[in-house]
Amino acid sequence: MGGTTSFDTAHKGIPMAQNRAELNRNLAQMLKGGVIMDVTTPEQAKIAQNAGACAVMALERIPADIRAAGGVSRMSDPAMIKGIQEAVSIPVMAKVRIGHIAEARILQAIDIDYIDESEVLSPADDVYHIDKNQFDVPFVCGAKNLGEALRRIAEGAAMIRTKGEPGTGDVIQAVRHMRTMNKQIHELVSLRDDEVYEAAKQLAVPYDLAKYVHDNGRLPVVNFAAGGVATPADAALMMELGAEGVFVGSGIFKSGDPAKRAAAIVKATANWQDADLLAKLSENLGEAMVGINEDEIQTIMAARGE
Amino acid sequence: MVVAVEYISKEESDGAESAKHGVTGILAVQGAFAEHAAVLDKLGPWKLLRAAEDFDESIDRVILPGGESTTQGKLLRSTGLFEKIDAHIKAGKPVFGTCAGMILLARKLDNDPNVYFGALDAVVRRNAYGRQLGSFAATADFGKPDAPDFITDFPLVFIRGPYVVSAGPEATVETEIDGHPVALRQGNILATAFHPELTDDTRLHELFLSL
Repeated sequence: MGGTTSFDTAHKGIPMAQNRAELNRNLAQMLKGGVIMDVTTPEQAKIAQNAGACAVMALERIPADIRAAGGVSRMSDPAMIKGIQEAVSIPVMAKVRIGHIAEARILQAIDIDYIDESEVLSPADDVYHIDKNQFDVPFVCGAKNLGEALRRIAEGAAMIRTKGEPGTGDVIQAVRHMRTMNKQIHELVSLRDDEVYEAAKQLAVPYDLAKYVHDNGRLPVVNFAAGGVATPADAALMMELGAEGVFVGSGIFKSGDPAKRAAAIVKATANWQDADLLAKLSENLGEAMVGINEDEIQTIMAARGE
Repeated sequence: MVVAVEYISKEESDGAESAKHGVTGILAVQGAFAEHAAVLDKLGPWKLLRAAEDFDESIDRVILPGGESTTQGKLLRSTGLFEKIDAHIKAGKPVFGTCAGMILLARKLDNDPNVYFGALDAVVRRNAYGRQLGSFAATADFGKPDAPDFITDFPLVFIRGPYVVSAGPEATVETEIDGHPVALRQGNILATAFHPELTDDTRLHELFLSL
């Protein structure tokens, strides 16, 4: 597999700083093929876990409500996040504002499993993202294209997700971002070795990361789909397009029967190739979130943080 | 390192010539199944198990990969793979569980009421080292120094991993970390709390293929 994990032999069982980046990428590997669900209460977290979610994202307001409420949207109350950590045994993630180093330190202090440096919240810094290499806890970041993805990885992101357009129930942007990224990966793979330097310059990314993609035909970290996934068919579509798993935000708890829809999306993500199963899973799910088309929205969250 | 294979469309390996074995079925409902497939690419034929129909007569051994055990447990039931794999284990055929796979195999969990296959004579604690900040890498030996398949200095990667609280008389402890068993063998059952599939070291997979 070409991994060069350095193993500590002198201090068996003691977490070692030089392993953190690899261990953090490894946790994302364990989430693959799974669904990560936005939850706002311990009760919702239990519903998500019972439906088969592989992790939950703890936040005070789901993106659709953030969008409706307007105003500045910040990291959630740590007490609320702790309540969700106590309610479930699966990994718990939470969001910080782009560039908000202090919010990230707070989430690391409460032993969060993954931090999402997220465009869903109001950005705290319009130039710099967090230097995620300075943290022990892993980060996932959104990306619209290969350049953004590799810049976030250079900063220390251990997992990437498409940005999509959160809180809309409209999958078009997640599709656009996943297709763009995969097209750019294929283009990079097709280059001669001596053309990768120029490609790295054009993408505005470090050469070694461009070379990794050129040699391996994929990102060096796990890549999930996020933003606008509302139905089992949406999840299956994103898996078809190469996502390694799916985040579902507003789509579950803004729908008529969250438990049933959540379980259906989990099964659809695991067996996305089985159309007969998808047909059954799509039956009688109750009302999907109403949604809002991309040309009707006021705030383009995906444009935050390039 | 994330595995760079087009595993989604790769249902069976074609390059392997091992006539000694049938096909290793890798449970592929959720988790790090592609990583096991990448290791087996070097060793023998494999097939992903996503649905009950995938478990055909060619399968002579099964790998239960890392991932989320609660998620895998639900999908095992809904796909009908649970009954297939349960019958396989009850028939005494080889099975290898890593991390979540160890949890699925355990007779009892000490912090979770669920029991899945219940075949491994051990009580296992989920997330025994805590959350992600407790994940770690270490090195240890596998087995007894006088055993023919003794493995020295095996790299151990624990990701929100479990450990064994108590192993019953049917199970043999093969590796311990800080006084807790983290690898067990019981007949043709092999179970590790760590992830050999996340390293370049193929020795444990080779041992499994020799069962």
